[in-house]
Parts: sequence; structure tokens; C-alpha cells
Amino acid sequence: MDKITLTIDGRQISVPPGTTVLGAARLLGINIPTLCHLADLTPEGCCRVCLVEVAGLRSLTTACTHPAAEGMVVRTDTPDIREARQMVVEMLLANHPADCLTCQSNLRCELQRLALDLGVRDIRFRGERRHYELDDSNPFIIRDNEKCVLCGRCVRVCKEIQVCNVLEWTERGFVSKVTPAFDSGMDQSACVFCGTCVSACPTGALTEKPMYGTGLPEKKVKTTCPFCGVGCNFDLNVKDGKIIGVTSNETSAVNGRLLCVKGRFGTDYVHSPERLTSPLIKKNGEFAPASWDEALGLVAEKLAGIKAAHGPDAIAALSSARCTNEENYLLQKFMRAAVGTNNVDHCART
Amino acid sequence: MAGLATSFGSGAMTNSIGEIADNEVMFVIGANPPEAHPVIGAKMRQALAKGARLIVADPRKTELAAAAHVWLRLRPGTDVALINGLLHIIIKNGWHDGAFIAKCTTGFDAVAAVAAKYPPDLVEKITGVAAHLLYEAAKMYATAGRAGIFYTLGITEHTCGTDNVMSLANLAMLTGNVGKPSAGVNPLRGQNNVQGACDMGALPNVLPGYQQVKWPDIRKKFSAAWGAEVPEKPGHTLPDMFDAAVRGDLKAMFIMGEDPVLSDANAHHVRKGLESLDFLVCQNLFLTETAKLADVVLPAASFAEKEGTFTNTERRVQRVRQAIEPIGGSRPDWMIICELATRFGYPMAYAAPEEIMAEIAALTPSYAGVTYPRIEENGLQWPVPAADHPGTQFLHEDGQFTCGLGYFQPIDYEPPAEVPDDEYPLLLTTGRILYHYNVSTHRHAKHLTAHRPEERVMVHPADAAALGLTEGDTAQVSSRRGSVRAKAWVTDAVPPGVVWMSFHFPDTPTNEITSGAYDKVTKTYEYKVCAVRVEVGQ
Repeated sequence: MDKITLTIDGRQISVPPGTTVLGAARLLGINIPTLCHLADLTPEGCCRVCLVEVAGLRSLTTACTHPAAEGMVVRTDTPDIREARQMVVEMLLANHPADCLTCQSNLRCELQRLALDLGVRDIRFRGERRHYELDDSNPFIIRDNEKCVLCGRCVRVCKEIQVCNVLEWTERGFVSKVTPAFDSGMDQSACVFCGTCVSACPTGALTEKPMYGTGLPEKKVKTTCPFCGVGCNFDLNVKDGKIIGVTSNETSAVNGRLLCVKGRFGTDYVHSPERLTSPLIKKNGEFAPASWDEALGLVAEKLAGIKAAHGPDAIAALSSARCTNEENYLLQKFMRAAVGTNNVDHCART
Repeated sequence: MAGLATSFGSGAMTNSIGEIADNEVMFVIGANPPEAHPVIGAKMRQALAKGARLIVADPRKTELAAAAHVWLRLRPGTDVALINGLLHIIIKNGWHDGAFIAKCTTGFDAVAAVAAKYPPDLVEKITGVAAHLLYEAAKMYATAGRAGIFYTLGITEHTCGTDNVMSLANLAMLTGNVGKPSAGVNPLRGQNNVQGACDMGALPNVLPGYQQVKWPDIRKKFSAAWGAEVPEKPGHTLPDMFDAAVRGDLKAMFIMGEDPVLSDANAHHVRKGLESLDFLVCQNLFLTETAKLADVVLPAASFAEKEGTFTNTERRVQRVRQAIEPIGGSRPDWMIICELATRFGYPMAYAAPEEIMAEIAALTPSYAGVTYPRIEENGLQWPVPAADHPGTQFLHEDGQFTCGLGYFQPIDYEPPAEVPDDEYPLLLTTGRILYHYNVSTHRHAKHLTAHRPEERVMVHPADAAALGLTEGDTAQVSSRRGSVRAKAWVTDAVPPGVVWMSFHFPDTPTNEITSGAYDKVTKTYEYKVCAVRVEVGQ
């Protein structure tokens, strides 16, 4: 299909039909702030933060929903635009708890970032505030509707990606809010706690309960989930040598931002107090801690003795569908090349 | 995997997860993705939202069964009869793909002859599925342009598991639904690295890449690379190991990362086998029920504490990256094996798992092009036969099967090994719930455990009424092998006569009572069918 050529901030670009003004601007490396927009969701244009000026239109328009057109001339950074964006964020802040310093999303909040980037200082609007109960009904997700900016990202991930349709708009006007059916706690809803809504929330309205009070991660390490065979990738959030939680990594080939309750909230088993921390040798029916040297020496000696007395086929190994490829490879190599038997199997042979 | 390997020449998911949302028809049989493979469940819901049609064969009213356009509520263990019934209807109505069958397959006539023996009224008698539903399902599947079959252990964990799989392969070949996107025969692997453990030759009859131990040139290749003679005689399968231990032929076992006492069927027999050994070593994160029987326990590091790769259900080799140091004195399994081998007189020295992968790639044709730099971002789907090969999104393109022609296998229905009788009148089938993972999350994953702390046994309201059992009562579930207790969950998600349990909870070790019968080819246990009695417990 023919490409469309438009001009943004005096620079020309050609894009395929269907591209939005926002998409075209990003191709040019022009930053237009957004809030309700996520690349993997249907554009909604409800937050008005991405307002731009399109020549010939009576008013500013939302770049995330406005399709690029041939010959279109767009400006993204004028005093009017800056003023309009600032006002949008100011109005959001006017009805938002001012507890940034103690908020779980402090320093990762997109609303906070927008206020900073747009230079919002005074909140000129004073009026009624929303007051809602905190939904703390389940072990996984805390829902704080007072911090909701009604961007609808959670509603759209639940509808378009996880396709559970648990979160939805309710009420109208000032009392509009996002809730599960019948305004219940999430534990009473059909929610399966995949937490994809949390990954999409720009503020502290939806947060991971197990990550409360753990602070910011020092690093995030992308890895593959240890549970089922889907092979989702995610980021392990690490602080002080501990995993403090799991967050979506949208670059994941298989799953994008999607995860399930196990992947997102189940890896704390790694830090179970019941983890073995030392080799154990059974003496007189009781386990006693031993050094690696002692334990591996004993294993090698016993296996060698049994091989000498009864032949290699008197020894067998179970490998594991939980371990890595490299480990499975080494164990079968050990059995075949070192012990000299094909007695190696694992439980998931089906 | 033996079933698919026989029919298609490759025992793996033919297609990719990313293709699911574009399926026209999904036939889900013996699988419950929203709970056991939740992200695949989400992709299936995406497909439904885009207008895909869904056929579900399951005795339980699962989420997908409730959302299905056609739900085939078959009696557990009657899958072969059901699938032969579908073949029968498709052939009779001429909905099969004659050109594909002629060009790409062999053995059709024998399958047609078997299918002829399964008219809908007979199938209805065996499976309990009404003939008109069978007809709807056959038409929906056979007349779609892109229809994919998805199954898991509900198909394989039967004495006839291999037969079930080959029957599904017959269905896909009959309709030409192999070798194109958003179609195929797709086993969803249950654990993070089942595919990889199989690929790596952690199996008694094959070396890495399914290269047969029995082939002399293959043994020669590996013997040369490893500097040690690879033995010719195939090894014991897992159930055979416990039998051999009880007989006294097997003296020592090394168990890495598994807990067969909790996870294998007929736990009593497993325990007896392990107790008969002279020497047992377990390498695990926890002191599992199996490890408690060991002479030496070696503390292993978790996935977050080591480097490596997992291969997912769609054959994608992906990186596992170290995020934290090994906990306490634990060590990564690969390091432990290297050290042990070296002490055993067979030095193994690798600076890092990346070097091990290089050795795997050199010896395994399907992994030949896999290197850590190449899989850094998105992984690679095998086969990756060369360093410049982009990987393979779906197998058997244009009906070019790995084994040349696809093999139709005539399969007759055989009933499960143990069926309900007067003494044990109910049928127990087992599976997973969303909130737990096999036997490793309960208690150790505290948020999941807080949400789902204990086992619940699903009982149909009619059975519950007859037993005097109400919701939340403790139920005693007994089979010929033992007895366990769990809270009753009275629900019509199970049909009358069937009870359902998971196997996640050490306090309710369901596999104490499951059947030790297994498939004749793969020796996979029949977890999915056994006869039980339910009573009100104290």
C-alpha cells in the first residue's frame, strides 16, 4: 500500500496507512507524553495528555488516536499544547492523594513523572476528593481506587490480553471508577490474579501486595519462568541479594506482559526457610550436615563400589524436567560416559 | 512423545504459542490450559474473542468446556473411541483431505477400516457423548481451514496414552491440519523443561536430540566425543527402576530435582523400591519426601541462582539467568555433577553453562545452531540445524514430515486398567489447579499457599447426597492402594460417578491412591483413571 507523508514539527516522514500521529512522531524520535496509551493495547485517547495541534482542526487532538493523513501538518510543542497538557495533569493531581513520598509507586509512577516533565507546580483547582475503600481482599493485588487516574489500561489488558473481563468501568462522571463486578473485592470476582493489570497501571492504584515495603529493586534480571512449559519470560526484581518480586518484561517473545499468578507471585519459594543450605549425610538414621568435600567424596566412593561389585547397570539416575538443558545433558553424560549405563530417565517422559 | 514421534517423526508441539490467537478452530482434549498453562489459556481466549470456534473434550466442566461451542463430556479413558468416532464421521461425509492423505501420508486404508467400526451410536455407548455432538465436532474440526489440536496429560497419562496421541495424529493427517500455521497437533508440556529434558537425552533409549542408543554410528559419535564407550543396552525406564530395586537388581539411585514419592503414581511401590536400594542420593532445593529416604542429600541452587537454558513447549530454547547468589551452601546442579564426575574418575570441566551448550550443539543436529548470543533476546525454536538457521516456527511444513510420510496408525479402543466396581464405585481422575505447581509450591510459596492452602476433592452433588457428604466435610478417598483425606468440594464440574483431585498437597498425597498401571510404550503412569470409594471422614 502507498505510504502517507506528513510533517511533524517541520520534519517530513512517510508511514503506512493506519499509523497514528503518535506512532509517526515516535518514528521521528519526537517525544509526546502519554498516560492512557500502551503499545500493546487498543488506543483510547481518554487521558488527553498526548494533545497535539493538527493544522486545520479547530482544537487540539489526541496523538494516540488521530490517524496520520497525507499532507498533514502537526505541531507537538507549542505554548498552547504545553499549557493544555499541564492542565490535564493538574486536574488529575487535584483529585489524587498527595502521599507520593510514602506511596508504593513512588519513583516509578507515571503521573509523578508527567508532573515533573511538564513542570506542574501549583495545583490551581480545589474541590471534592474521591474517597474509596482499599481493596486488600487477596494475597496478591492491592487495589487503591483513590490513586486511579481512569486511564483504563487495566480494563483494556483484562479485556484484550488476559481476556477475563474482570475489571470494568462503573458509574459515571465524578464517581466513575474501575471495579470488578458488583464493586466487590477482587477475591469475590472472577479474577485469577494474573496481575497483568498491575503491570499496566501507571500509578499506585494497582500494586503487587508481596512487594509492599520492599523498596525499589537494585536490578531486574530477565529470565524464564520455572513453572509450566509455556516458557514465559519475566524480570526478577533483586535487592540486597534477594528476589523481592517479579514484574512483566514486555519484550518477552512468548508472553509479552502476560504472566499467571504462579509466575508473578510464586517465586518466593526460592527464599523459603526450608531451603537446604548444606549437604546432609545420614548416620544412624539421622541426617547430619556435612561438607561438600565429604558428601561428594562419599557419593563417588559408594557409586564406584556398587559399580565394581554389581556392574554399571546396578546404578540409575533420575534427571529432571525442572533443571536446565545443560544439567540434563550433563547428568545423562555422567551416567552413560562415567558410570557406563543407559539407566537415566525423568518423570515427564510422556 | 512416543505417539507423535511414531506418526510424524518428531515428538513435539508442531506449532507455536503465538499462532494460537489465529486458529479458526481449536480442539482441546485432555487439557485445561487456563489452569495448567495459563498464558496459553489467555491466547485461546484471545482466539475466541476473534471468532475462533472451540471444541473441548473433557469429563469436567472446565472454564474452556463452559466456553466451548461443542463440549464432548466423555467418560475418562474413552478418548480412542471418541477420536475413532470423529474419524468415522469425517470419512463418511467426505470431509477428509484426500490430496494431503495421498501426497503426504501412508496407512490411511487401515485407519479407515478401524474407523468404520466406530459408528456414532456405538461411540455414544462407550464414551457417553451424544451422537449429534460428535457430528457437530467432526464437522467443525474437519471443515475449518486452520484447526489445531491441543492436549496434555489428560491424553498421555493413560494405559493407552500412546494410542491416544497416535489417534489425534490420525485426525490431523486425515484433515490435512499439519504443516501450516495455526493448526497441527500440540502437546502442551507440563513442566518448564520437559521438552528440554527429553531433548537432552535424559531418557533410557535415546541420546541428545532423540538419537537412538541402539544405532551403532550414533554410539560411535558420542563415544568419540566423550572419550568413553556409550553402552548399547537401553536403560531402565522410571517404573522399571523401582521394580528392579524391589527385585534387588538395582542398588543405587541418583535423583536430581524430582520427588517421585509424591509425584509418581502408586507411591507405596515407589517408596518400597527406594527403601530397597543400598544407596540413594538426592539433589534438591528441599528435604522432599524422597530426599528423606536418601543416604546423602545435596543442596541444589534454584533457577534464580544459575545460568542455563530451558526449552519450552513450542521448542523454544530460552535463557535462564542468574539473579542472586546460591542460597546458603547450595550449588547449581551442573556444578555438582561436574564435581561428582571428576571425583568418580571422569573429569568434567566447564567454565560456564555456555560451554556445555556448545558441546550440546556440536552433538545434537536439532540444536546445532543454538548459541547463547543467538538466544539472548527471543530464544530459538528447534530444529535449528545451522548457525545461520532462523529456527522453526512450525514443523512438517507443506506436509513434509520429519519421517518422510506421516504414518496413520490403526488404533482400537481398550478400556482403562482399573474401572469402577461394587467395592470401589467411583472413578478418580487427577490434575492441576491454577494456584499451585506440582509438589513444589505448597508451603514454600507463601502467597499461593495463603490463597489455596489445602486439597479439595470435587464430588458431584448427586454422589455427595448419596454419600451424606456436604461442602467442606472431610472426605476419605480410598483405592486398592491406600487412602487419603481432603475437604469435599461439591460441584457439577465433575459428572456423576467421577471425583477429581489435584496432587499438590503433601497432607493429601493423592498419588498414594492413584494407579501404578502404565502405558505399554512410554511407561507413563495412568494418573487419570482409577477406581475409588469415598466416605465421610472424621
